[in-house]
Parts: sequence; structure tokens; C-alpha cells
Amino acid sequence: MPKQVILAAHFPGVNNTTVWSDPASGSQIDFSSFVHLARTAERGKFDFLFLAEGLRLREQRGRIHDLDVVGRPDTLTVLAALAAVTTHLGLAGTLNTTFREPYELARQLASLDHLSGGRAAWNVVTTSDAFTGENFRRGGYLDRALRYERAAEFVRTARELWESWPAEAIVGDRDGGRYIAEASPGAFAHRGDQFDIAGHFTVPRSPQVHPVILQAGDSPDGREFAVSSADAIFSRHGTLEAGQEFYRDVKARLARYGRQPDDLKIIPGVTFVLGETDAEAQERAHHIRRQQVSPQTAILLLEQLWNRDLSGYDPEGPLPAEDPDVSGDAISRGRAGMHPDPVDTARQWRALAEEKGLGIRDLIIEVTGRQSFVGTAQQVAERMNHFVQSDAADGFILVPHLTPGGLDEFVDQVVPLLQERGVFRADYTGTTLRDHLGLGPARPVTEAGAM
Amino acid sequence: MTEKTLHLAVALDGLGWHPAAWRLSRADATALLTARYWNTLAGEAERGALDLLTIEDSLGLQTSGPDGPDGRLDQVRGRLDAVQIAARLAPLTRHIGLIPTTSTTHTEPFHVSSAVATLDHVSGGRAGWRPRVSATHAEAGHFGRRDIPPLDLSRLDEPETVQLVGDLFAEAGDAVEVVRRLWDSWQDDAVIRDVPTGRFVDRERLHYIDFTGQWFSVKGPTIVPRSPQGQPVVAALAHSSVPYAFAARHADIVFVTPVDTEHVAAIVAEVRAAEETVGRTDAPLRVLADLVVLLDETPTLARRRRTRLDELHGEEFTSDAATFAGTPGQLADLLADWHRAGVDGFRLRPAVLPNDLTAITRVVVPALRDRGLFRAGYPGGTLRDLLGLPRPASRYAVAATA
Repeated sequence: MPKQVILAAHFPGVNNTTVWSDPASGSQIDFSSFVHLARTAERGKFDFLFLAEGLRLREQRGRIHDLDVVGRPDTLTVLAALAAVTTHLGLAGTLNTTFREPYELARQLASLDHLSGGRAAWNVVTTSDAFTGENFRRGGYLDRALRYERAAEFVRTARELWESWPAEAIVGDRDGGRYIAEASPGAFAHRGDQFDIAGHFTVPRSPQVHPVILQAGDSPDGREFAVSSADAIFSRHGTLEAGQEFYRDVKARLARYGRQPDDLKIIPGVTFVLGETDAEAQERAHHIRRQQVSPQTAILLLEQLWNRDLSGYDPEGPLPAEDPDVSGDAISRGRAGMHPDPVDTARQWRALAEEKGLGIRDLIIEVTGRQSFVGTAQQVAERMNHFVQSDAADGFILVPHLTPGGLDEFVDQVVPLLQERGVFRADYTGTTLRDHLGLGPARPVTEAGAM
Repeated sequence: MTEKTLHLAVALDGLGWHPAAWRLSRADATALLTARYWNTLAGEAERGALDLLTIEDSLGLQTSGPDGPDGRLDQVRGRLDAVQIAARLAPLTRHIGLIPTTSTTHTEPFHVSSAVATLDHVSGGRAGWRPRVSATHAEAGHFGRRDIPPLDLSRLDEPETVQLVGDLFAEAGDAVEVVRRLWDSWQDDAVIRDVPTGRFVDRERLHYIDFTGQWFSVKGPTIVPRSPQGQPVVAALAHSSVPYAFAARHADIVFVTPVDTEHVAAIVAEVRAAEETVGRTDAPLRVLADLVVLLDETPTLARRRRTRLDELHGEEFTSDAATFAGTPGQLADLLADWHRAGVDGFRLRPAVLPNDLTAITRVVVPALRDRGLFRAGYPGGTLRDLLGLPRPASRYAVAATA
């Protein structure tokens, strides 16, 4: 039997990959948009729906960014509401560990797992960003080096809490007058470098015991965190070869934690554009890129590399001759840094622009493009399946560019082709997200070795 | 109708408010961990056209003692996060207000603000919030960020305790202030989607809240665009002068706990005086009296059921609110009396869920309607509309045009 493809859907978020200016683009906030995307994903028998998170509005040049979608509803609250209008779809949310506490978040996730019948998932992210910290009691206190240390201990603590209620703790014996089997259910004590907490957890064991853990960082620390603690990892490796290399590396690291290669799924986030013909798909893809990178957005994205005010530049004109400013504060805040060596990247961009005769906007379209699967439904199904069968990925998180209907054509056209090939489920066979992902029961934290 | 109609709310907690409720509940013991149980309760409350339901919560395990676990095996232990329950209920209900409880002591105001505003979005304008101080050592130990000494009920009047409670309420006041500022931080018309200029939002209509207080500071703005009600409804439970002042400053609804008709009048007078003292300019607090209710077809049956519950419990049940055991008709009479004495309505706490809730919705509500004291159905609109509370303009929009 061929490997089965994992499919997840991302609700289009707050960056320029989401096209809001298209006449077909609906509300980013109305709950009906979330319902539409979730029901479409469930109609397509997807594994899960994925929501990102923001904790501070992005800024550029000291002002709130205003060109992309700005603002979104709270991740956990939307997921709990979606549990009411779906029956099988996994519900995954990004939830930052830096500005939350394990007791509270573990409680929320266990509650979501109960209220969804075992469909909760948590994408663990960290930040050391004092900018975001200005919205929280703790502020930007966390040293960069401690980010993954806190995250790993955070997850471990959450797991201890999830396990603190034995399965048989609630007996509900009316005649004998015993509601619980032990006097102190949920008792825990965690003493570590990051957290020193003790007491009683309030949420009895949830259907998955441990909601599914996802991880989205690609640094060596991030990879190590994922192989020790996560059930699935998002990656961003565009080509087949890069994907295979990442896949080999990550899966090989698992053994050291006593884990099997199948225990950690690799699910890159990808975009797709479909057309009746390949040429039509390419043309649509180009049109979408022009919508994503407006003239104003082109300048803003360029500023993020140059770290200078470039508002005076012509979007259709040449790149700045001066080098990026690497001395001062970041001009863009609330956005993850993308360029380890700005001066070198700028040099490469100038060379590329010269070689191809590109102005700023076309250059930005060229260098920021990550359109993964463009073609007919047949071509896209074939390529996706090829990625999975040749171990460049275990599946994909699809990022549509339109809200809320951006997934419709994929579910209508591509999913049936994957099903015909026998590489994607025709219907759900289990009820929990762990079932869908083929993860098996949660591994108790006490056996999890060096986490 | 000669009298103004009253507001009617139901308080949901576990399998009912009597500690032995689970022994007699129609629902099974683990039901409170399922979505189906909560959906059934909310559906029943909405069938009775109740204004709103509240969901109790705490960041510690339930206990019969003042602080920390009591080691008892014979009472319900364990519960789910109230905001999550409310969100899970939102798509399956259409009219009823949904008011979860969160802690102002340990939960970040920024997170609460986002969650409740989102509850308002997903429910189409039916969200509320009950901020609650966490004064226990047990809850503080779950966070490890601050020390709160074990609560000792015999030392409540000592200066250290008075100081601590004062601080916790002052911090709670700051938390509500921050949450409300965040709710205002996006003007209603901030999303402009202006294709010619390429702007999704008008950043002039987004506002930093720049709150700096004794316990924390928050920059803002929120990440959640302004919700249907603008400001979801804030509700506070209050038993004495410090919380009355807190409610007068920060809440839209106050739940109070009178023991009889005279006490109703005295409490209402105290609440109104607190409003005066703090210089309240918003609409007057909606004052709802809390009452634990245990209903049956005859007074004798109700008394017998109460006795049975107390026997199962091992002692007479007492609560912060008065307990009523009687027939739905008697309850309707009492509510009419207390209503005349000055409260705007009631938050009934069913002794046993869903049993006493069903009696409220199917028998008490019709009895109140017969007396001309309750609406025939839902008039439509948001929770604020239902409560007769105006929809506030964003304070920042007002400031910008002033």
C-alpha cells in the first residue's frame, strides 16, 4: 500500500500571501468564513484545520502595518466554536509559550480536546520579542537562548498536567456516594528551571490524553525540539531535494529519543494554483502574485531587507544602490527575521534584477515567490503524491490565497484524484486527530526519555 | 403589562449548585466533560428565552474548604475552561447571552480581551465576561509567579488580608480597564479594504491603549477587530462594599446575594450609592439577585428533595446566595416581590442540573409570563439589546472627533 498523504488547511492569515483585494475575497473575521473553510476541509476528509496566531499588530517604520490583512480573532476561541460545526476535522492552533503559562494553556487545550471529542492540536511557538511582550505582564524578558528551553519545559509540564488525572479517577458511584476514586485527583508538582509549580489540575484526562503537538521552527534548536517533543513538524522546503534532505535529517534524529520515523510527521506549508490547462494555471499564478505584491507592498518588503525607509523609491524602478542598514533597530517589528545576511542577500538581489531586467516589484515577486504547486488538478495531484511517495514530505498544509472559498476547488478537483490513486482516505476511519494522522496513543511523558 | 419585565439568567456549574447534585442529576457523572451536556443545558435555557447564562470557572480544583483541596471523594471534581465551553455553545445557540468566568489575577488581560471579543464575533453579539479575583494560595501555586498566603476565613478582617483583597480588586480593576480599552482600540470602521491605495486598514482608526498601572502595562491595540457589541457585557458577583465599588466602576451587570425582600432593598441602595461614590457615567448597573433554586410540584416534595440532598451531602447545604426550595409558582411570587423591591432581575442557580433548569424554563418562566413579568420570546438583537444597555462608541473614536 502506498504512503497515505496527510492534508491540512490553513486559514489565510495576516501576510501578503492572503489576497484581500480580489472581488472573491470575503471577511477575515466573520465566523462564517471559518465555518466555510472548516466544512470544506471536512468535506475533503482533511486531517485538520490550522489557525495561526498574532499577539501584536505588526509595524513598519514605527507605524502599524496597513497593507495586508490586519487583525484576526483569537485562535483557541475560534477552534472551540468550530468544534460545534464539524465532527471529524482536527483543530490545530498556534499558541505561543512565551506569553502564556503551562497550567492555563494545558487546561484550555485539554478542554478543547474534550469539547471536540479528541481533535485538538497545538502548534508550539516561541518568541523572545520584547515588542510583542509589551502586551503582557511578563514583557520581553526572555533571553533568545532560553526560547526552546522554555518551550520544551513548557510542553513537558503540559504533558505532566494532562496525565495527572488517571483514566479511572472519576467513578461516579451514586449508590456508594463516591464521585472520584482518589482524594487528590490531578495532583502534580513540577520543579524545573523555567517553571516551579504544584497543585491540582482541573481537567480530567481528555480523549487524546495529549493533544497533538506541532512545531514550526527550522533552526537546529527547532529541529531538536521537534524530534524530542512534537508529533508533526511544519517545514518550508520548496524543492523535492531540499524536502528529502530535511526529511532524512529529522527522521534520523528520532531514534535518539526512542522514537520511530512514523512518530513525527513532516507537513510543509504549501500554496497551490489550479487551471484547466497548465498555461492557464501559470497565468493565474502570475496574476495572484501581482495581487499579493502591490506596488506599496513591494516597497515594504524591500524595506524589510534594507532596514531603511525606501518610501521614496519607484516600485517599478531599480533597487537602491546603498547597502542595507545592519546597525540600527529593525524597521519592521512583529515579523520574524527572514534574512541572516542582509548585505549579501541585497547583492544577490541586485545581480538577479540586473540579469533579468527587473524593477523592484517584479524582483520582489521573483524572490519571495513560494507557489508550490501550479498546474492542472491532475498535475498537482501527481506532484503532491510524488513528494510524499519519495519522502520529501508526509503531507501538506495548504495555504489558500482567498478567504473563505480558496480551498473549494482543491477539494472538488484534486482530492478525488488522490483518492483514486489510493493515497488519500475516502472517509474518516477514526474519530480523533491522532487516528487521522496514524499516530497511535499518546506516549506517556514518564517514558519519553530525554525530553 | 403594568410592571417592567424582569431579566432572567441561569448560572451553570457542574451538575448543579448543591454539592450532592450529582447523586440525583438526570445526567451521568462525567457528562460535564462533554459538549453534549452543555449543549443540552444551553438549548434548555434558550427554550425558556432566558437573557443569559453564566459559566463558573476557577484556576483551582473545586473544594468545600476556603483554599486548596479538601480530600473529599463525594463531590464533583474537575471542570473545563469556561471560555472554551461558551465558544463551543455559540454556534448552536441563537439568542442567549454567553458569559464565561476568567481570573483577573493570573490570566493575561490581553488574552482575555481577545477571547471574549472573539466570543462576541462567533456568537453574533452575545458575549459577556465575568472577571473574577483569584484570592487563593492554591491557584497562585499553579502559576508560580506570585505568593498568595493561604486563605483563612477567621482572619478576613486582619489588616494584611484586607490589604491583599484590596490589591487584588484594584488589580482586577486595572485588568477590566485594559480589556475594555483593547475592545475600543479598533474603531468600528477601521477595516477599509481600499484597493486604490492598497490599504486594508486605516491605521488612524487603530489606537495604542498605552496602559501603565501598578501591576502591569499593556501597549495595544488588540489583534481582534471590534466586535458586534463593541463592548461585550461585563458582569461581576458582589457581596460587600469592595466588590460593589468594583462593579460600579467596571461592570455592566452585578450579581448580588440578598436573603430576603428587605435585604434586596438594602443591597440595591448600597449598589446605587457605590455608583454615586465612584461617579459612574455609564448606564446604571443591571442588578440581578442570585438565588439557588430547588423546585418541585409541591412544597412538601421540594422540601423532601432538599432534605434528601442534604442527607447525601452529610450536612445542611449553605451558600453565599439564599436557597429557595418550593414550587415554581412560589418562586414566581418571590421573584415578583424582590423585583418590586428593586432588582432588575435574577440569576438562578439550579440546585441540580439539568433537573431544576428544566423546571425553571418550563414552569417558572410561564408562571412569570402569566404575571406579566417576563418576555414572550426573544426580541432579536445582541445581549446588550436584550439587557437594554446601549452600544458604546469607541472611546478613541470619540476622542478623535472631539
